[in-house]
Amino acid sequence: MRAERSVRRHLAVTLAAAVLAGLLVLVQAELLAGVLSGRFAVTALTGVVAVVGLRALLAWTQGVFAGRTATGVKSALRQRLLGRFQELGPARLTGHRSGELVTLTGRGLDGLDPYLTGYLPAIAVAGVVPLAVLIRLFTADLASAIIVLLTLPLIPIFGALVGMTTKAVTERQFHALSRLGGHFLDVVRGLPTLRAFGRARYQATVIERVADAHRSATMRTLRVAFLSSLVLELCASLSLALVAVPIGLRLLGGSLDLTTALLVLLLAPEAYLPLRMMGTRFHASMEGVAAADAAFAVLDRTPDTPPGATASPTTASPAITSPAITSPGATSAPPAGAARIHLDDVTVRYPGRDDAALEHVTLTIEPGEHIALVGESGGGKSTLLHLVLGFVTPSAGRVLIGETDLRDLDLDAWRASLAFVPQRPHLFTTSVADNIRLGAPSASLEEVRRAATAAHADGFVQRLPAGYDTQVGERGANLSAGQRQRIALARAFCRPGASVLLLDEPTARLDGRSEAAVVAATAELSRGRTAIIVAHRPAMIDLADRVVRVHEGRLVSDTAAVTDLGSLR
Amino acid sequence: MNRRMGIRLGWAVLAGAAADLAGLGLIAAAAWLITRAAEQPPLTALSVAIVATRAFATGKGVFRYAERLTGHDVALRAQAGTREQLYESLIPPQRPRHGGADLLSRMVDDTEAVQDLLVRCLLPAAAAALTALAAVVLGLFVLPVSALALVTGLVVAGVLLPVVTATAARRWSARIAPARAALAGRVTDLVHGSADLAAYGAGDRALDQARHADTALATLERRQARVHALALAGGTLTQGLTVAAIVLLAQDAGVGSVATAVLALTALVSFEPVLPLAAAGERMAGITAALRRLKDVRSTSPAVTEPSSPAPVPAGPLTVEVEDLVVRHPGAQGRPAVDGVSLTLTPGRRVALVGPSGAGKSTLLAALMRLAEPESGSVRVNGVDIRELASDDVRTLMTGLTQDPYIFQTTLRDNLRLAGPDADDEGLTRAVREARLEHWVERTGWDTELGEDGRTVSGGQLQRLALARALLYDPPVLLLDEPAEALDETTADGLMADLLDATHDRTTLLVTHRLSGLERVDEIIVLEEGRVIQRGPHDRLVTEPGYYRDLWESEVLTRR
Repeated sequence: MRAERSVRRHLAVTLAAAVLAGLLVLVQAELLAGVLSGRFAVTALTGVVAVVGLRALLAWTQGVFAGRTATGVKSALRQRLLGRFQELGPARLTGHRSGELVTLTGRGLDGLDPYLTGYLPAIAVAGVVPLAVLIRLFTADLASAIIVLLTLPLIPIFGALVGMTTKAVTERQFHALSRLGGHFLDVVRGLPTLRAFGRARYQATVIERVADAHRSATMRTLRVAFLSSLVLELCASLSLALVAVPIGLRLLGGSLDLTTALLVLLLAPEAYLPLRMMGTRFHASMEGVAAADAAFAVLDRTPDTPPGATASPTTASPAITSPAITSPGATSAPPAGAARIHLDDVTVRYPGRDDAALEHVTLTIEPGEHIALVGESGGGKSTLLHLVLGFVTPSAGRVLIGETDLRDLDLDAWRASLAFVPQRPHLFTTSVADNIRLGAPSASLEEVRRAATAAHADGFVQRLPAGYDTQVGERGANLSAGQRQRIALARAFCRPGASVLLLDEPTARLDGRSEAAVVAATAELSRGRTAIIVAHRPAMIDLADRVVRVHEGRLVSDTAAVTDLGSLR
Repeated sequence: MNRRMGIRLGWAVLAGAAADLAGLGLIAAAAWLITRAAEQPPLTALSVAIVATRAFATGKGVFRYAERLTGHDVALRAQAGTREQLYESLIPPQRPRHGGADLLSRMVDDTEAVQDLLVRCLLPAAAAALTALAAVVLGLFVLPVSALALVTGLVVAGVLLPVVTATAARRWSARIAPARAALAGRVTDLVHGSADLAAYGAGDRALDQARHADTALATLERRQARVHALALAGGTLTQGLTVAAIVLLAQDAGVGSVATAVLALTALVSFEPVLPLAAAGERMAGITAALRRLKDVRSTSPAVTEPSSPAPVPAGPLTVEVEDLVVRHPGAQGRPAVDGVSLTLTPGRRVALVGPSGAGKSTLLAALMRLAEPESGSVRVNGVDIRELASDDVRTLMTGLTQDPYIFQTTLRDNLRLAGPDADDEGLTRAVREARLEHWVERTGWDTELGEDGRTVSGGQLQRLALARALLYDPPVLLLDEPAEALDETTADGLMADLLDATHDRTTLLVTHRLSGLERVDEIIVLEEGRVIQRGPHDRLVTEPGYYRDLWESEVLTRR
């Protein structure tokens, strides 16, 4: 992957710049010590300025390339996630909490920033700079070098010791902290319920009490947790005092020259700083690691491919490039023209559910036939439509299109002959016209209008602020349910070549007037086509030649349409 | 912020400044000690510096510890205060906001901004300012011109750079926000529209668009990183140049090696607390935006106006008269949500509201509960207009099962008891039994924690739990909004039957879209587009052509 190679290069530049800048601090200390002790002439200050300039340049480089690394990594992960959503397909995407996926690709991945731009460079610097400082100290002054060498390991050792003893406590506390955040959110979300029972004001005192109890508990733990930083801070500053005082005394005795003494004073803190910095950055980056874990969990989800979902078993490897939307051995083209659809003893099971969504269903739909699927919700009607669409594959049995098993069919080509209106059609954040020509991107505006007119949508679309160019708001928020439904129907009309019509409760949640319009449009659309309609309302059921009742995954009756509703009452 | 908070904040600032000052003192004392020792004075001349070095070294760690404790204490208190304020302003009924659940969680996230502002911006800035001041004062005593150089450098690093980064961050977030929203929109399309995309072979196009949105965002973010890089470089450069300038000035003035070393090294160290302020400046853009959003929430007026002197709450059997009620959603154009509805609930009478979604049924209930302000018409309880009552009092008279009932993250018992804090076990059990929930409660256990969003609770159980709450609360007028929603057919029919038993002789207003059992209510009102299109008892309505009969027939047809 080209993108990932360039990310690696950017990361390398970032780390190199950070390490180099850290090493330049040694040079700067060297020059400054010389100037301050009077060994170097004042002109050596130009050297200091040059080093500072170089360090600034490196800092800039580090910042820019760290930014490139972070955006590169996030973008690469995001692109892989987006591709993954596509492969998971409709049947399995619904298994995720969709809001979480949207958040993960956005703010979730941003949590990686501190890890990439802070922690990784800090590790590189901590690996090189203290060592370089030690080497320089050994060549300058053995006694000081030994002091630093002996105290330096105390930082990671104490850090680890204090960390280990407080880990359990702090983790529990941070858990409690997120719970408190959760408690507050919980109460705010439930406010309408609290209000309905007159408990809203009382809850304010609970919030106060919880926050107070939480604060004193947190402070109790922090008193211990911050001990680690106290120890580290003390290690570093006392070591400096430990180095400085003997140096002063040896200077007094004349056994050390001032340049070396100043160099030691300037260098010693630089040995401790990178280690402490690494600890700080580590804590700041923990959240991002959790975000990355969540992202990889989605990317790696392939192995538990349910038998009922689209993905083929061959995608069990984490290879994310294999498109699962088209079936693996998709070679056969679908039969030309209208074909018979035959479900042959089909059983569908969804993962994590004991009972089958469909059980031993056998059903033949002749070309041009209109079938109404009725029965209570959750009975398996939508699953039946999804079978024909190829969103789910049978756990047992076959779906035959003409004489060919749907599994052997080129799914894209088969779907091109379908027109589908889902239960809750999604309107995309684009213009009304583009929403209608979803399945026929090259359709002219004239064709779009014709489709909309047939779907009884032209009237209200014309009245929209910018007509067919009106942008549809997030999740089609500025259109009513009936209008959304009719745009989805127009989508189906905009595919004049479709030979099979699949409608999932097109009139659910519609008021009487919209229902009449949608029923009229559906009648128009199903003329001359095979139609499978999940229906609840009598007006819709009236369109069908056959009424098939689905109950708890089984077909319980298959009768010619009842036209005289009165006899049922 | 009250006075005690101010004092706590003061302590936190002092502790932080003391830690930074100890760091400054440590390096100044050490520098003095070493350069002075090189001049080989008697040992006693160094003893103070030796003690000071050790004291500062210890002090630095201890004060830092104190700073972190006091700082976090103040921040936690401030955040709690912000949350209490936010909650207080959310208690009165709110107008519906765009964004729903996401908006609420963002609001809660926003309250963290106060903590960020204190711990990451204000406290470090105050401590840095005090430390810088000390370094400058030291410079003034030793060599005034060096103090001038130091001030210049510190102002550039501590004021100019943060201002630049804050401004740049604000400008960049204004440019990046739309790109983020665009990406979120594309991802939403990909996830929520996956069925439509797959069915219409448009998946690849949508994926391309999402990838384009990602590329656009990444490009912007990459360019934004330059601001941070420039601030880093600027800080390093300013620190280095200032130190070099001070050395040059000191050597020109011939103040001697001791003074030069002390001046140079204190200058070097005085930048340490100042340099991180540029990053704090970058944060400020997000923090101020969060604070502004919180202020907006606090300043929005509630959905209904409370009377200045509330009338006494009517007692005894209640008669509710709704007369020609018109309710319009705020900001909505066209037809009102409830458009001239009249109905009367006499004690013990049960009325059902039927109609398609969006017909105004829930809005009518909201007006009865004083959650929405009517545009015209009136609701009277025993002759008293409910606008003359405190809205909290109205909800003690008329309430029940509302739309979108909520399950709190607490035990089953507490979830139920919020509707009856004084209820005994027998009362709880009765309410549970009436809501046909007793088997589930037996299986689950009274003290089981119910999960986030009631995730361990299915839609049907949630609905029945909410019904049990309403029955436990037992208001004089019981309002039930779609009690059988999300239940399967058999349970729904059973629940309705039990419900109609339980509400016998209770004044009840029932909103439903299922007609089973409605032959037992006194009146059925069919609403469409906010208006009453049919009303009467079940037996009559099924014989008249219209919405009710159509719905009844389809229910019969889909039933087995």
